[in-house]
This record gives sequence, C-alpha cells and structure tokens, in this order.
Amino acid sequence: MFTLPDSLGTITASKPMKKILIVILILASAASCGKTRETRLYDDPGKPTYGDTIITSSIGEPSNLIPMLSTDSPSHEVASYIYNGLVKYDKDLRIVGDLAESWEISKDHLSITFHLRRDVKWHDGRPFTAHDVMYTYKITIDPKTPTAYAGDFLLVKEAKVIDDYTFRVTYGKPFAPALVSWSNAVLPKHLLEGHDITASPLIRKPVGTGPFIFNEWIPGDRVVLAANDNYFEGRPYIDRYLMRIIPDTATTFLELKRYSIDMMGLTPLQFMRQTDYPTFKREFNKYQYLAFSYVYLGYNLRHHIFRDKRVRQAMSHAIDKGEIIDGILLGQGVEASGPFKPDMWAYTPKVAKYEYNPDKALALLKEAGFVQASDGALVRNGNRFEFTILVNQGNDVRIRCAELIQKRLSEIGIKMKIRVIEWASFVNEFIDKRNFEAVILGWTIPQDPDLFDIWHSSKQGPKELNFISFENKEVDGLLVKARHTLDQEERRRYIFRIQEILAEEQPYTFLFIPCANIAIHKRFKGIEPAPQGLTHSFIRWYVPENQRRYKSNARLSP
Amino acid sequence: MLGYLLKRLFFMAPMLLGITLISFVVIHLTPGEPGVMEMEMNPKVTKEVRERIRAFYGLDKPLHVQYWVWLKRIVKLDFGISFAQDRRPVMDKIKERLPITVFINLASMVLIFLIGIPIGIYCAQYKDSLTDKILTSFVFAGYAAPTFWLALLLMMFLGVYLELLPISGLKSFNYAELLFPEKLIDLAQHLILPVGISAFGGLAGISRYMKGSLLEVLRQEYITTARAKGLPERIVLRRHALRNALLPVITILGLSVPGLIGGSVIFESIFSIPGMGQLFYMSVMSRDYPTIMGILVIGAFLTLIGNLLADVMYGLADPRIRVG
Repeated sequence: MFTLPDSLGTITASKPMKKILIVILILASAASCGKTRETRLYDDPGKPTYGDTIITSSIGEPSNLIPMLSTDSPSHEVASYIYNGLVKYDKDLRIVGDLAESWEISKDHLSITFHLRRDVKWHDGRPFTAHDVMYTYKITIDPKTPTAYAGDFLLVKEAKVIDDYTFRVTYGKPFAPALVSWSNAVLPKHLLEGHDITASPLIRKPVGTGPFIFNEWIPGDRVVLAANDNYFEGRPYIDRYLMRIIPDTATTFLELKRYSIDMMGLTPLQFMRQTDYPTFKREFNKYQYLAFSYVYLGYNLRHHIFRDKRVRQAMSHAIDKGEIIDGILLGQGVEASGPFKPDMWAYTPKVAKYEYNPDKALALLKEAGFVQASDGALVRNGNRFEFTILVNQGNDVRIRCAELIQKRLSEIGIKMKIRVIEWASFVNEFIDKRNFEAVILGWTIPQDPDLFDIWHSSKQGPKELNFISFENKEVDGLLVKARHTLDQEERRRYIFRIQEILAEEQPYTFLFIPCANIAIHKRFKGIEPAPQGLTHSFIRWYVPENQRRYKSNARLSP
Repeated sequence: MLGYLLKRLFFMAPMLLGITLISFVVIHLTPGEPGVMEMEMNPKVTKEVRERIRAFYGLDKPLHVQYWVWLKRIVKLDFGISFAQDRRPVMDKIKERLPITVFINLASMVLIFLIGIPIGIYCAQYKDSLTDKILTSFVFAGYAAPTFWLALLLMMFLGVYLELLPISGLKSFNYAELLFPEKLIDLAQHLILPVGISAFGGLAGISRYMKGSLLEVLRQEYITTARAKGLPERIVLRRHALRNALLPVITILGLSVPGLIGGSVIFESIFSIPGMGQLFYMSVMSRDYPTIMGILVIGAFLTLIGNLLADVMYGLADPRIRVG
C-alpha cells in the first residue's frame, strides 16, 4: 500500500500541534513569572505571637504513638511533642525536670524521690498524678508488654507512690543511667489501665501531657498536632504541627524547594551546593550541629591479623580521616577520636590521636612482623595482608568511605576488598555469626554516656553489641564502676579513662561524627542551635504576625 | 458452561493452598524477624526483651505450627494482626490503601485503553508510515523511560519551576477546610502526574498488541474477500477486522485484574501515595508476615480469578472456542 501522502498529511497536521504546545509552554512560564513571591522582610525578628503552622516531613510513617511500643524515629518524634517524661535533657544536655519539679537522691544512692508538678493536666482534662507514673512503670516491666525499653526498669527493686505528687524508686545497686531512664514518656493510667495496651485506641489517638495535642492522622499521608493551650510551660507559639509522610528524599527536597514544607534535614551535597542559590537563601535559614552518631571501622579482634594492637594502630595511621570528611561529607563533620562528640560532658580530647601518616603505619606494621615484598605488598609468613570490609547496602556514605580507605590502604600494600550486603543478612549472617574481618558501621551516641553494652566483655553473646569481641579487664572494671555511681565527677573520671584505653587499643578506627544539617523556613524565629540540637526550644519558636503564612480556622480546644 | 466454571473453581483451591504454602516458607526463610528488625543493633534492647517479643509473635514455635495457625485463621477470612509496631488488623491496613491504588490503576488503565487502542489501530492501518514510526517511538519512549526519572523531571518542571501542579501527596495541607468542588479539583490536580505517568508507561504494551493483532487479522482471507466485494475500507476495518482483532485485547483485560491491586513501590514513594506497593514493600522490609501473606493471598486469588475471567470472556466473545 502507498502510504506516503498520508504521512505527509500528518506532518503538516502536527505542525500546528507543535505551535500550540510551544504557546502553552510560553504561557505557563509567563504565568509563573507573574507569580512573583512576596518578598517579605524575613529579617525582621518581629514579636512572638500565636499562630501559623509548621510543616515537616518524614520518610517513614509513625507506627505507634504509644512510644514504649515503637522503636522507629517518626513515632518517637511525634510522641515527643505529645508526651512528657519525669525528666528531660536541656539544650546543654543537662538533666532537668519535666513532669517532675525536683528530685532527691538518697544518701546511699539507691533511691530517687520525684516531686511531681501539681499543675499538669492530661489533654482530656484529667489531672496528672504519681499513679500515672506508677502505671507506666508497671506496664513497662509487664512481661506481656512487647516493649524494647524494659531493660533499665527491670533493675528497679521497688517503686512506690508516696502521695499523689511524690513517687519513689529504689534500685538494688546504684545505677548511673537511672535518673535519665525516667525521661521515657508517662502514659495516662485512666485511659489505659485494665485494657490491652497493644490494642489501645491511644496507639493511633494518643493522649498525653505535652505541648501539642493530637489532632488528626491520615494514614500514609500526614499527622497533625495542635498547640495545647494549657501546657504547663506555656502554650507553644506555633498553632499547628503537621508532619507529612514523604517516603522519597528527592521528592522531599523538591517540596522544600517549592516551599511546601518548612523544615528538612539536608545531605552534605544539598547543604553545600544544591541549596546555594539566592531564592532559597532568601526563604530558608540553614542550621548545623553535631549529630548524635559516629561512623567507625570495626575490626574483628579474633581475626589473626587484627588481634595485634599495632596493626590496628597502623590502620588508623594509614586512613586519612580528613580526606573522608572533605571528600564525602563535603567538610560537614568532624574527626572522631572516641565514642562521644566533643560538646558532651563525657568527652575528653586528651587521648592518643592517629594522624594520617603512612610512614608511621608502615613502621608499626613492620614491628608487627610484616615485610614489604618486591611488588610493594605487605607479607607476613608468606601470607599477604588482605581482608574484606563489610558495608551495609543503601548507606552510600559508608560505601564511599570504604572506597577511600581501600585506596589509602593499597598505597601501603594492604589489599582490601569491599563487600556490600543487605542489612538483614548483614546483621544475621555476618555480624551475629562473627563472620567478618572488618566492618564499617555507625553508632548512635546516647545522650547518657553509658558504654556498657558496647564495650563490656560480657556483652559478646549472640545478638549482643560487643560483636568485635573486645576484652579488656580494666575497661570492664571501669564500665561497671561508671555505671554504678551517681556522682557525675567520679563517673566522668572513669569514662575519661575508658576513652584513653579505647584510643590506645583502637578496637575501632573512629572515623567521623557527621553534622546534622537542617533547613528551616525563615519566618520561624527563636531557633537556637545547641549541643542537644534544635528542637529543645520548639515551643518557643514563633512567627511574627506580618510573616505568617498559614491561617488556621480549625482551632482545637482540649 | 456452569460445569466448566465449577471445575475451574474447584481446581483453584489446591492451587491457592500451594501458593500460600510456598510463599509462607519462602518469607520465613529470609533472614531477619519481625519486630526485632527495627531493634537490630539497638543497645536498649536486651536479650530477654528480644525473646519476649519473639514469643509475643509466636515465632518461637516450629514453622509448620505457625503455618497451621495462620491457615486456620485464613479459612475464616481472618488475616490476623499485623506484626508491625502499629499492631493493626491486616485487613484494615489493606482496606485503607486499596481504594487509592485501585483508583489510580483503573484510571490509568482506562487512559491506556483509550489512547493505546487508537494508536494501535492507526499504526496498523498506516503501517511503516512516518506517523506510525513517530507514534511507535513515542510509546516506546514511555515504556523505556524509567518512571522515577520521568516523574522527578516532571515534578521539577511542573511543580517547582512552573508551580502549576502539586508535587506529591494526594491532598493539600488545607484539604479539610476546602469546599467539596475545591476538594475534587485538589485531588484531581494531585492525580494528574501519577496517573499520566503510569499510563504513559503502559501505552506501548497495549498499542503493540492492538497493532499486532490487527495486522494479523488484516492478512486473513475474509478481509481480502470483504475488500474484493467492494466494501469501503472503513467498514472493512470496523466491522470485519477490528472485532476479531480486539479478542486478544480482552484477554489482556482479564489478565490485568490482579494488577489492579498492585502498586509500584518506587512510583508510590516518589509521589508519596499511600498505596499497596508501599504497604507491601514496608511489610517485606519489616518482615511483617501476616501483612505479606494477606497481600499475597489476595493477589494470588485475583490472578486466578483474572485468568478464569479472561477465559470466560474470551469464550463469550468468540464462539469458536466456547467450552462445555
């Protein structure tokens, strides 16, 4: 069949189409040009007023808003605005009262007596009393409750309600993290007692004592909280808190650039480059503080090569931490020298440091019996120095760290392979079975500096955290002592000594502490970066009236 | 016909049982366990707590016992309680996410058929013409372009740059305060990109099917006969060729029934649509066995029903292969 004329016809037909398309595009871009953003003066600090909504995002949906039943961070983030504990950390990571006005520690350091605030009401109007604390304690240690947080509370020997506003706990032995373990959220007894907590409606409609009242949860979409007018520390200035669930970080970033969310944690690349343009800077402030985590290279101390302290020290000398921070984090982090971040009271800088120095590394390795073969490879007893590093899949930073380390080690003749493994099998097949030579992993730095679970030699069982098999008698002793004193100065001395030993032994090469990089819309004022982070003053954040964006006519009364 | 139907339905039972058994075993073979997954490497979780949680989920029992417990429940259509930390009934979780997934899939399927079939017909009629080639390239571009890439580009262009469409989600933040017609517009705006992009990706398949089967039919002798007796090309095409050429398309319609409840994870994540794909992905990642099994059972059931439906419809449409 002859189809030529036909197709010619369609070409001419498609020409006007193209024109129309072009016109549409021009119109569309013209429309957007016309929509100039109101260039408000966000620099004006204004006066604190009540109003506006803050929209944040989360990649995961909260699972369960009774915080002791969940371990995911979105749940805990939302819950932190709804509930209070007896105590909390202030911006400088000191323990201060929250629901407890004050507390006394007995002379024998065994019991703590909490004096509770008398002006606290649950969101449904019922008064908060010591019986709520008692209920929370009992349900936490109840063997039928599937909670991950029973550990600390199982050490309590006796808990007692002395009167409505006094609560006393007694421990078998002095226990350093005791006080802070009472920062866990207190639950309302009158709504939960007698019901199965795992089937409670409060899982999805929580009732707490906190600065925000639960308003709405659209599954898979958003969680909305409203300011609590009767909050005992004063009503939050911001009317509503809205957490959008956006599972994809690229989408989240687009939403931020569209100004449809107000707050987001940025990657180093986004922080340094992708937000570095005038319109973004006009609308957003960027904040930075040291994150509560560090990344390390951990050695299997039962491995025949890494058993030797000198080898581990050599490794630390051979790795250029500065290069990792500059190259991968774009400078947004600091070198780690131990398990704490520099702005914590438990941190000491006076430990052995391992600067990048390949010559020192080689010298140490020679001491350990390695010799350089003619091709530059390090050899001991006819065996090459080679090993495999395990990294979990999906963590780009760690994978690229491994690559930089690989390059540096190959320069001094160590052959290192990288193996990337999916998280579940990483933990179950390799870490739990001690089937690894070295790993790159990260730990969250706890705000309370208890290192027992990670470094004590008794914690080497299956599923326990001393998986590198670190055994040091002195550290064991210090860990126990540090754990069972309530005197902070004394505890600090023990912890300093532990850090010195860890630095000397190098069971890990501590790599870096990343920065948390946050962009927050400029209309929010009163934000104060501190060692604790940003949200410690959340209820004092405000938007001046002339800069308010979202008017809400849906006011809630408790 | 009825006998045939009953026979087919009867044979579905052992097949479904087999599918559930294999799925159940395979899921339990993967490393990692529910509830414990999120607590991996968490210093606050002691060993006793871990054992307690395992017992809570019944994971300390042997596998065949667990399967039996599950099977006893499922025959009563009880999908159980999710192992995720929200501990909600699996049925509630599925019900909550099913409508939006089915809606998007239906809308994009309608769009695909509305656009894909005419494209297929056109391409068959004017085979090897320039327009045919352009259209073919167009549909294949849609098929080949990674959805997430296309989605991100369009989100950036239409959302961030032109500010014409919302970027993600289904409802604006002030949805609750809108009037009903505004709500509809809001929803529609949010759905343009997801539906459009998923339809774009599906055009290739259906238009190629249509083209192929129409070409096949056009080669038949009865078409030559129709042309020879002087019927106008329009009539030949519509009355004689198209009817027969549409038969295989009916099969595809039947086979796409199970696809209605499936959602793409990447796609839903990017548009932050709380659909089935995400639910399934999240439940696999957290080893939420009851939810995984629930979705698999529904999927398997719909697949089997879809196959049956395709056969039955085919039989209804084409007397030549009618059975029984």
